[in-house]
Amino acid sequence: MAVLPLGKALNLAMRRSLAEDDRVVVLGEDIGTLGGVFRVTDGLAAEFGPDRVIDTPLAESGIVGTAIGLALRGFRPVCEIQFDGFVYPAFDQIVSQLAKMRARSRGRVRLPVVIRIPAGGGIGAVEHHSESNEAYFAHTAGLRVVSCSNPQDGYRLLRAAIRSDDPVVFFEPKRAYWDKGEVDLEASPASLDRALVLRKGRDCTLIAHGPSVKVALAAAEAAEEDGVSVGVVDLRSISPLDVETLQRCVAETGRAVVVHEASTFLGIGAEIAAVVTEGCFRELKAPVQRVGAYQLPYPPAHVEDAFLPDVDRVLLGIDRSLSFGRTAAHV
Amino acid sequence: MSHPALNQTPAPPATRTDPSALAARVPLQLVGPDGRLTEAGHLRGVDVDLARRLYRDMVLARALDREAVALQRQGELSLWLQCEGQEAAQVGSVHALADRDHIFPSYREHAVGLVRGLTPAELLAQWRGIAHAGWDPAEHHLHFNSLVLGTQTLHAVGYALGCRLDGDDSVTVVYFGDGAASQGDVNEAFNWAATMALPVLFVCQNNQWAISTPTSKQFGTSLHDRAAGFGLRSWWVDGNDALAVHAVTTEAVESVRRGQGPALVEAETYRIGGHSTSDDPKRYRTDEELDAWRRRDPLARLRTALTDLGVEAAWFDTVDADGRELAARTRAECQALAGPDLRDLFAEVYADPHPVERERASYEAHLELTGRGR
Ligand SMILES: Cc1ncc(C[n+]2csc(CCOP(=O)(O)OP(=O)(O)O)c2C)c(N)n1
Repeated sequence: MAVLPLGKALNLAMRRSLAEDDRVVVLGEDIGTLGGVFRVTDGLAAEFGPDRVIDTPLAESGIVGTAIGLALRGFRPVCEIQFDGFVYPAFDQIVSQLAKMRARSRGRVRLPVVIRIPAGGGIGAVEHHSESNEAYFAHTAGLRVVSCSNPQDGYRLLRAAIRSDDPVVFFEPKRAYWDKGEVDLEASPASLDRALVLRKGRDCTLIAHGPSVKVALAAAEAAEEDGVSVGVVDLRSISPLDVETLQRCVAETGRAVVVHEASTFLGIGAEIAAVVTEGCFRELKAPVQRVGAYQLPYPPAHVEDAFLPDVDRVLLGIDRSLSFGRTAAHV
Repeated sequence: MSHPALNQTPAPPATRTDPSALAARVPLQLVGPDGRLTEAGHLRGVDVDLARRLYRDMVLARALDREAVALQRQGELSLWLQCEGQEAAQVGSVHALADRDHIFPSYREHAVGLVRGLTPAELLAQWRGIAHAGWDPAEHHLHFNSLVLGTQTLHAVGYALGCRLDGDDSVTVVYFGDGAASQGDVNEAFNWAATMALPVLFVCQNNQWAISTPTSKQFGTSLHDRAAGFGLRSWWVDGNDALAVHAVTTEAVESVRRGQGPALVEAETYRIGGHSTSDDPKRYRTDEELDAWRRRDPLARLRTALTDLGVEAAWFDTVDADGRELAARTRAECQALAGPDLRDLFAEVYADPHPVERERASYEAHLELTGRGR
């Protein structure tokens, strides 16, 4: 097994997909010669040529709109959006065209398009470069929304996304690009709609995705030192949600804390709180807690550490959850 | 057929537009509004068989369009977007394409659809509210309607890129309106197609109005000039002259097919009806304007030309009878169009298995509970 950073694992997933299927094409801004601003497509153009790894004009709506046309022609385009904050010009093409076209055609056309978006904060970037906009896409029927958290999963999920006959919005936590982990390059593509239980716990379940998984794991370790046993579930798929796994894990502990970088208001945590409450109302010992960003535009980098949920904020969330049990015990 | 490599800079386009002669230019016309051949028409001559085909298809399109308006008035359609007046722009251009050339329409291209073999039922389904897309795009090489203005121009660019990658010499053709041309997507599409020298033909039916907004409020320079600025070869044509539209589109398609990069045809035309059956065009345009354009009617014009060329009255009678027959068929097919069952839709959103399919069960339970199951 190789030890690789996430960015390289994603690169190898694309490389393998390009080699396996000559209908796969990769397109985006600066992805060819430069290899992308994060170098995730590094070397692909040299290996597969400019007809398979296509440097596009600087036009996000064009990237997605053109990918739709390519898909209608039988290709499997993998688009790169340079940064999360620049996907909005393509929003219409994604939610009105890409997401709906199959249903509009009553199942006649397929749109195997992947839209890769480097997402989230924590790298000290300037404005528009640190957004967590998963919820906009997850709210739209017709899309699959995936967020990877580690090199092995990134590799497997991206391969699965490229193989999927449905459009997939694929979030890559940019601050995890350089985090290394073991990658089995022979591992099969992952299921696109299953969450992964990373850690079992008895007292509380943390639910996170993408960049927040690392924070959740660290918080679980810290809680363990205080004698609280905390499980961690990596969502991986945001749409669809793996409701069964979430409900099973929460039913086991009776407590859930959802962690994400986006603001909690109308965020993914709200949906998770709802489905967990619907499914585990009797087992729940406390209301589902949410730990996310405040409802502010992403702040200047100088204060992003204070803005983003960190281990302490997650621990406080766990405490809030546990406090309900304590109150009951004291009565 | 060789294709320039994707990232190779295309040769500068040999544009037909000469900015210094802007004011003096008129769109190409082969048959004048009075039905007489113009000088250009005399020079080129008329292929009578082609002219008959174009005329017949225009008559059919008008018959369908008028019947659809009637059906809407009677509550059989929830909406209809009229194409009366634009028959020449549509029929003339689509007849210049090869069958394999893939078309991306906007939403008013009923005549294009008819020529491509769509049935009235397929053309009416969306407007009756029983489907979002009424036909199989693969079967007719005709994508379904795009209602978000201009989006389809990018789909055409991607499709054309796919043709290029496949080494296929077919041309991708995309229709859009003058209003749509103000959208970012259309301008991204022009630019993208030009930088990659893609085999795309853009056809703008400039029908003077985007609902109530005239072209004078839409753009500061003509569309064919703008296209030339992007690096597209561009043609400007009288869109009510089917033969001229056909001639110009034929040239443009050949140029694209030869690998000379994308092209644009701007067909100057007019919609005689409202924007849609819900529109009230009297609020924004004058009777004089409408009358002036009625005098340039594409059907009457070609009929006169054909008569002058010796086509006998009996032939026009059979064409008119074909039109009446199509109208009757349109009515019958429309009334027979039944909607889908909501239950069917759950399985049609995703190609791969997806939990949404389970929501069907909750809908079925609801039907059961309310006794609406059967
Ligand atoms: C992006 C977008 N904005 C607004 C509309 C509403 N709308 C529908 S048709 C229309 C006018 C379009 O005019 P034009 O492109 O000239 O085409 P025409 O209807 O004249 O054929 C408008 C504003 C729309 N469909 N899409």
